[in-house]
Amino acid sequence: MKKISFDQLQENLYYEKMSNGLDVYILPKKGFNKTYATFTTKYGSIDNHFVPLNEEGFVKVPDGIAHFLEHKLFEKEDGDVFQQFSRQGASANAFTSFTRTAYLFSSTTNVERNLETLIDFVQDPYFTEKTVEKEKGIIGQEITMYDDNPDWRLYFGVIQNMYKNHPVKIDIAGTIESITPITKDMLYQCYNTFYHPSNMLLFVVGAVDPDQIMNQIRSNQEKKDYEKMPEIKRRFDEEPEAVAEKKQVLKMNVQSPKCLVGLKAPEPHQQGKEMLRQELSMNVFLDMLFGKSSTYYSELYNDGLIDETFHYDYTQENGFGFLTVGGDTEKPDILAEKVQSLLLKAKQESLFTEEGLERTKKKKIGAFLRAINSPEFIANQFTRYAFNEMDLFEVVPTLESLKYDDIQTVASTIISEERFTVCQVVPKS
Amino acid sequence: MTAINEVVKKKQGYTLHIVQTDKYKTNSLILKMKAPLDQETVTLRGLLPHVMQSSTKTYPSTTELRSYLDELYGANFYTDLGKKGEYHVVSMSVEIANEKFLRDSEPLLQKGIEFLADVLQNPHIENNEFDKKTVEKEKRNQKVRIQAVYDDKMRYANSRLVEEMCKGERFALHVNGISEEVESITAKSLYEYYQNVMNEDQFDLYVIGDVDVAEVENLCDQLLQLNERTPLEVDSSEVEQKERENVVKEKQDVKQGKLNMGYRTHTQYGDDDYFALQVFNGIFGGFSHSKLFINVREKASLAYYAASRLESHKGLLMVMSGIEFEKYDQAVGIINDQLQAMKDGDFTDGEIEQTKAVIRNQLLETIDTSRGLVEVLYHNAVAHEEINLKHWLDEIEKTTKEDIVKAANKVELDTIYFLTGMEG
Repeated sequence: MKKISFDQLQENLYYEKMSNGLDVYILPKKGFNKTYATFTTKYGSIDNHFVPLNEEGFVKVPDGIAHFLEHKLFEKEDGDVFQQFSRQGASANAFTSFTRTAYLFSSTTNVERNLETLIDFVQDPYFTEKTVEKEKGIIGQEITMYDDNPDWRLYFGVIQNMYKNHPVKIDIAGTIESITPITKDMLYQCYNTFYHPSNMLLFVVGAVDPDQIMNQIRSNQEKKDYEKMPEIKRRFDEEPEAVAEKKQVLKMNVQSPKCLVGLKAPEPHQQGKEMLRQELSMNVFLDMLFGKSSTYYSELYNDGLIDETFHYDYTQENGFGFLTVGGDTEKPDILAEKVQSLLLKAKQESLFTEEGLERTKKKKIGAFLRAINSPEFIANQFTRYAFNEMDLFEVVPTLESLKYDDIQTVASTIISEERFTVCQVVPKS
Repeated sequence: MTAINEVVKKKQGYTLHIVQTDKYKTNSLILKMKAPLDQETVTLRGLLPHVMQSSTKTYPSTTELRSYLDELYGANFYTDLGKKGEYHVVSMSVEIANEKFLRDSEPLLQKGIEFLADVLQNPHIENNEFDKKTVEKEKRNQKVRIQAVYDDKMRYANSRLVEEMCKGERFALHVNGISEEVESITAKSLYEYYQNVMNEDQFDLYVIGDVDVAEVENLCDQLLQLNERTPLEVDSSEVEQKERENVVKEKQDVKQGKLNMGYRTHTQYGDDDYFALQVFNGIFGGFSHSKLFINVREKASLAYYAASRLESHKGLLMVMSGIEFEKYDQAVGIINDQLQAMKDGDFTDGEIEQTKAVIRNQLLETIDTSRGLVEVLYHNAVAHEEINLKHWLDEIEKTTKEDIVKAANKVELDTIYFLTGMEG
């Protein structure tokens, strides 16, 4: 077991790679009641085209299957794992993103039992035709719920505008039609390919003794047989640099119109330090341009183009990256126009001062300290970072080292007229 | 289990609550301002915190105010409105980095308290009125906020249920106010209302973090100058039970039906049987092992979510679920059956133990965040009770099946609200 100390933050992180390839991290948190653990596989909604374990050729699986599998893993021959967790005083949950599926629990008692339950249930799939069929009703209602949610429709709408081929454009839960043909055999095929320990990461954070927990995990893994796993082959079709659609307007049963501007990044394939630098630079850039302390924010707000729902975000993973800016607005076309022209302007001229950059860096450092109060944030973000070969605890030093040029370079690499798109939700009548 | 060391000091015009803990990398200041929910003031109160947080005399524009916060290592500052029973509560929160985790050590805690005091005591006014432009801008946003509930169908259905169920009661009012009344607010009338708030609201200030109690007290004594007051209290007399339950169906162009059912529990925070009601709710619909989740979702496959929650200070129980339109009768039937089962004592000792364990867990997790901790402590400030965490946990532990059945039998269905599609 390796101990990694972060003196300034007064945190210690413990790490070990199990012999089957599983990465395990433990972060003890002083004074907390709660222990939070996530068991995550590097498998998300975009991984729909791959070579199944022990097979030769590529297969393409139905949209929404990673999420479907997440639901189904909770069910066992002798009942539902939720039940077992709650008998042990824990609450359990799971989520599927574009690139990951995470299973988690949090509890203030019986930590070791709950941890055992978490590892074992994820490593012991049980699917039957009957339970697979039943799940289609529940997930169907989940999908319908999102169909009525204008913010979700807007968000996926703008991503669909950006991508022509990349599966990031597929709604994570799929559609009622796409999940209909899912069978238990397909679930096993996905499971066997992506749930090997060497493709997974276990993170435990909270009121724990790292030695004891690491021992427990080690002996749990030693009891199970895993064959060595070849590297997983995933396929992504070529994606043009330009967006697929420039604009989409959805008519929904809403009162306030909504508008989201999307900017598709040129296919990013950085990992590690380079990716961290790019991501943080982009976040700092967006804060300087659109943050509440910026003059542009004030302008947009005073002109009645935005309200407190205004938000901006930059997402990047290996293979895709995009920026979204927008919110509720009475004038969706004008807002779209303003946001795009501001971004283009920021690309061409330097709109910011060194002083502003230093202030924004301070802001980001404070936000990071706030975030690491949260065990959930630490576990989920650490995992995401690790899957991209980045280190969460490098955020503060990297922020401190950012220069004006980094910001301007990233902005000019990503911003380009042909990569803009707009999605709007407007009232029906 | 960590105990909560809440130091409570009665100050002139407010109560100071300090919790010293080394859990966090930040310090939190949370000010709670409480007054009765009231038709006359609800819209003013919905607007006031948004105007106050936009600017002060010291920072006369939002850009200046927010730049200053960025300078303080991005101190997080926001205001929030909520209901606690028949009270309308404004929260103002500042969360600021603890300088011991930073390279240069500015006295951030002091600056945080100064900032909050500035927002509170030094508003951006001229000639006895708020800055007109700010007020007009925020009025526009208030209307949008009120209207936004309509677009989130889950929130909308929940708020419509409360409206229908509590017609004529204070609780039916919306935290953001009444849309038609926004226009009549002026910079002057809002300033007059601000003065009422500063002289009449119940103020509780919570300071949470790795702080020195004496230092915090000292800073607050220096920076906060408030008048003594006797806050208004609401006479929460029981409302009359409706003769028969009220069913409201509303049609909209939606894909999923929202079924919300409201009950009177006749039990409130501070009552002896409050803890039994908590356990009841946990078994009935509070958690993923509860009867609603299992029977509506897992067995009948009718919904993705089916849950219940309590409005502790008002004595209400709310059930919510998203279903297909034509499954209305089936879902209502299943939910009614589950309540009947609770009343008949049709649940096991295992279910009771499981629920107690999860409630205990949930409570301990809640106090792991400073915000959650304040929510737990504030229950007492609202109800003028002194229920500490240990008492809470002991009382949950002591609850018997008989207690739960008794609490269940006090629960009465009041109103069913169903948001359904156009074709249904």
